[in-house]
Amino acid sequence: MTTTLTYGPARALPGEQIAITTNPDTEPFWLAAKEHRLTACQCADCGHFRMPPSPYCPECQSTAKQWPTLPGTATVFSFAICTKNPKNGEDYVYVPVVVDLDGAPGARLNANVSGCDAEDVHIGMKVAVDWTDIKDGWVLPNFRKA
Amino acid sequence: MAWVNQDKCAIVGVGATDYYVRGKSWPRTINDMAGEAILNACADAGISVKDIDGFAYYSTAGAGYLDKFDTASLMETLGIPHIGFSATLTSGGGGVAGAPGLAVAGLMNEDCKYVVTIMALQQLPQHRLGVVFGAAAPSPENSFLQPSGLVGPGHLMSVLARRHMHLYGTTREAFKEVVQATRANTHNRPKAVRKDPLTDEQYWGQPMLADPLCRLDFCLETDGAVAIITTTTERAKDCRHAPALIHGCTHGGQREWGRAFAWMGMPDPHFASSGHKYVADRLWEQTGLSAKDMDVALIYDHFSAMVLMQLEDYGFCEKGEANDYALAGKLRYDPATGCGVNGGVPVNTHGGNLNEAYIIGMTHVVEAVEQVRGTAINQVKDAEFALATGGPASLPVSGLVLRKA
Ligand SMILES: [Zn+2]
Repeated sequence: MTTTLTYGPARALPGEQIAITTNPDTEPFWLAAKEHRLTACQCADCGHFRMPPSPYCPECQSTAKQWPTLPGTATVFSFAICTKNPKNGEDYVYVPVVVDLDGAPGARLNANVSGCDAEDVHIGMKVAVDWTDIKDGWVLPNFRKA
Repeated sequence: MAWVNQDKCAIVGVGATDYYVRGKSWPRTINDMAGEAILNACADAGISVKDIDGFAYYSTAGAGYLDKFDTASLMETLGIPHIGFSATLTSGGGGVAGAPGLAVAGLMNEDCKYVVTIMALQQLPQHRLGVVFGAAAPSPENSFLQPSGLVGPGHLMSVLARRHMHLYGTTREAFKEVVQATRANTHNRPKAVRKDPLTDEQYWGQPMLADPLCRLDFCLETDGAVAIITTTTERAKDCRHAPALIHGCTHGGQREWGRAFAWMGMPDPHFASSGHKYVADRLWEQTGLSAKDMDVALIYDHFSAMVLMQLEDYGFCEKGEANDYALAGKLRYDPATGCGVNGGVPVNTHGGNLNEAYIIGMTHVVEAVEQVRGTAINQVKDAEFALATGGPASLPVSGLVLRKA
């Protein structure tokens, strides 16, 4: 028997507990997020997408980057279901997802998904970006069932 | 083509401390435990600790995250007079099976005569492997992973397991079988942490730590130390035991796996894999052997699902067929016959990281040595070839084939 467990509503982790840092390679992504604009690092020479952002294009080794505005939709590639807040151990149902970003082939983000019960999340599910305010004025892209 | 260094070096000594449940080793210190393991390995080899003149590490000597030790402190602690070789395989536990190959490099270059590979770890409350990624300070790279709440290795690998289930129909029954088949090998092992038989009801009743993985799909969090000593096969003639010949040893991997679950950018089919295909293929090319030639397989089992993916990457079964392979009982060791079950190769006859102890894969290498020596507690009949693996983790991962002398 493989049990199908019932978890109930999936919630994004509390933003006030989440901190990020940036460097010159990654900062444009986070500055765009502050404007509620979902982007991904794209090679300005060959068009290849890469995430997380990194100094060189792995396809052509160019350092030229561009940051196109993406549609803000994505598809769940895989996920886990977790039940404890990692910061304080309290009961807290959240679903870490790995998503393929629409408009940026090959680029993935790790995030939380909400807007449905955790047990209803599935690979191939369409999701849309949902912005979470986090520490120090930064903004984190999460996702919501589309 | 056969590896130029095939059978030219051998593991001649193994030593360990007791295995402690996480945090229970205190007030022992990391250097205390590392020293005991090395001294025990020297005694097993029949050499003096002063004969040691090389170190071949992996995982920056301390699982990469915990209290560290290093060549300088070990030399001072143990009174090792001089060394000619000190090197480490980069990345984490994926390097354990490749570290003896690093020793071979030092030995074949005549830099050293007796090389120690050592792992010691101690998980005090401020250093827990299980939540290591969540506890780390934010960095520009982990800022793309940490906020998702994938806090530990098991959380990360549950996402890989989910993809494997999606692509190939793999079931939690197969994860359960990995845990049960290897648990069945610890009841007679005095040092094992988990020794009781595991019923279906007990497994299904476990809390889900990161669905689809439950608590028993996660390896133990253990304190302790394990050391092995490698020397040339020529010199091994003077040692106490029959040498465990290093027949093949590879480390590395391919870019599609790369930083693996620290990025989650792997394309299919690499995502739902162990990242071992490249080193596995090289290992079989080096040795002219295949998975079916192995008499026993010591598969790095930090998480049950990753055992299935390694069985596929090494070719014990086809890609996507590990579920059926496991459920056919082919991981099992049959103590009555000393052989495998249903045409399978026994996996983790020592109980593995899931049941015996988690010393970042070192116990797998020790078991491989004991199997080809013919002295294993759960001895496989007429064992000639033993496979040990390191990882799955970020590159490099590694594989080792030991041969009976
Ligand atoms: Zn490019």
